[in-house]
Amino acid sequence: MYNLIGAGLVVIGAGIGLGQIGGKAMEGIARQPEATGKIQTAMIIVAALLEGLAFGALILGKG
Amino acid sequence: MKVAQKSIKFFTIALIALFSATIFASGSDKKHDNQNDGGRVNTKEEVEAYILHHIKDSHDFSLYSYTGDDGERHHLGFPLPIILWTSEGLVTFMSSEFHHNDDGHVIVEKKGLKFAKVHSKILELDKGAATVSFDETHHATNAHKVLDFSITKSVVGILLIGLLMIFWFSRLAKQYKTKKVPTGFSRVLEPLVLYVRDEIARPNIGDKHYRKFTGYLLTVFFFIWLLNVLGLTPFGFNVTGQIAVTTCLAIFTLLVYTFSGNKGYWMHMLWMPGVPVLIRPVLAIIELAGALLIKPFSLLVRLFANITAGHIVVMSLIAIMFTLKETMGVVGATFLSAVLSFLIILIEVLVAFLQAYIFTMLSALFIGMAVEDHAEAH
Repeated sequence: MYNLIGAGLVVIGAGIGLGQIGGKAMEGIARQPEATGKIQTAMIIVAALLEGLAFGALILGKG
Repeated sequence: MKVAQKSIKFFTIALIALFSATIFASGSDKKHDNQNDGGRVNTKEEVEAYILHHIKDSHDFSLYSYTGDDGERHHLGFPLPIILWTSEGLVTFMSSEFHHNDDGHVIVEKKGLKFAKVHSKILELDKGAATVSFDETHHATNAHKVLDFSITKSVVGILLIGLLMIFWFSRLAKQYKTKKVPTGFSRVLEPLVLYVRDEIARPNIGDKHYRKFTGYLLTVFFFIWLLNVLGLTPFGFNVTGQIAVTTCLAIFTLLVYTFSGNKGYWMHMLWMPGVPVLIRPVLAIIELAGALLIKPFSLLVRLFANITAGHIVVMSLIAIMFTLKETMGVVGATFLSAVLSFLIILIEVLVAFLQAYIFTMLSALFIGMAVEDHAEAH
């Protein structure tokens, strides 16, 4: 039971984090459209790292 | 211009074929093999058992099963060879001898040893035992696991994609000798190869060293991408969702960046310059744990969890047509499940590419960290 609540909390945190990453990347692109490619690459890398964390929590929470 | 139109046309046809194939999957999945009653899925528990069964690797290749006029279950598909290393040495037979049984009731006798299949695992019965007996937690009490080198469904998928890759890329390479522009499917592959080289390998590893690692990155990228796409076809492959496969891929990346690390990389890892001496061993522990454990672990868990979660979501949405049959009616539930699973499969096509991209990108990043020149720092 508690591991499921913990996994849920991690997913909420990951959601907030993903929102921050996406929002800030959008802001960055709006400010400097010529740097879109670089910003997107960095955004995807950070999002992937965060996603790995969230999935790890999900797996540990289910097991 | 005409050439471009032709390739767009080919690509559209390929996409439509892919999607119609995945829709066929949702139509036929409900009649798949199931360990409880040979394929019928109606209740929530059966759906869950079926999904978990699909996620795992299996010893036979079952496409479709149905109840015939005689009231028996018929299975369409083909058996795969089972190769075991037992206490009596090598034992081989075809998986059809288990007759699609997965709860240990069918016993196969070879070389004086008895074998049973329980939850996709092959067990060797102890001497003197005639049937498998289970304790309360459903663990076999009188049988033990054997070393299993069988050609399972995932192995078939890996061999298939491996052979296809050899065929496609040797053809692509050959075409550069005779033609200026590659033709056919090679035209789809060429931009992807260039993309991996120019957008993933070169910026992350650096102009000086990237050529040495481009081969590895290309192999990993196409291997993961094609297996992810194969997982979306109705044949029920789930190769990149097997934790053993992703672990292997992560270990390859670990070996590549560990053995290509230069002096500066090891220096920064084991005896960090520029910090007080007392902190250096602490940093070395953190750096070693990061390089040898956390980096490969995050690589393998990300790919495994993404693909497994994707498969579970797709199959749960397909299962809506059974679980909501009472409340919404057969037509409504089927329509809802078809729309939702179609949309989620579109996302899965994107995820299939994205995960291959991220795995390759992070591998390139780790390799880049290992080979970058540290001379100008400090």
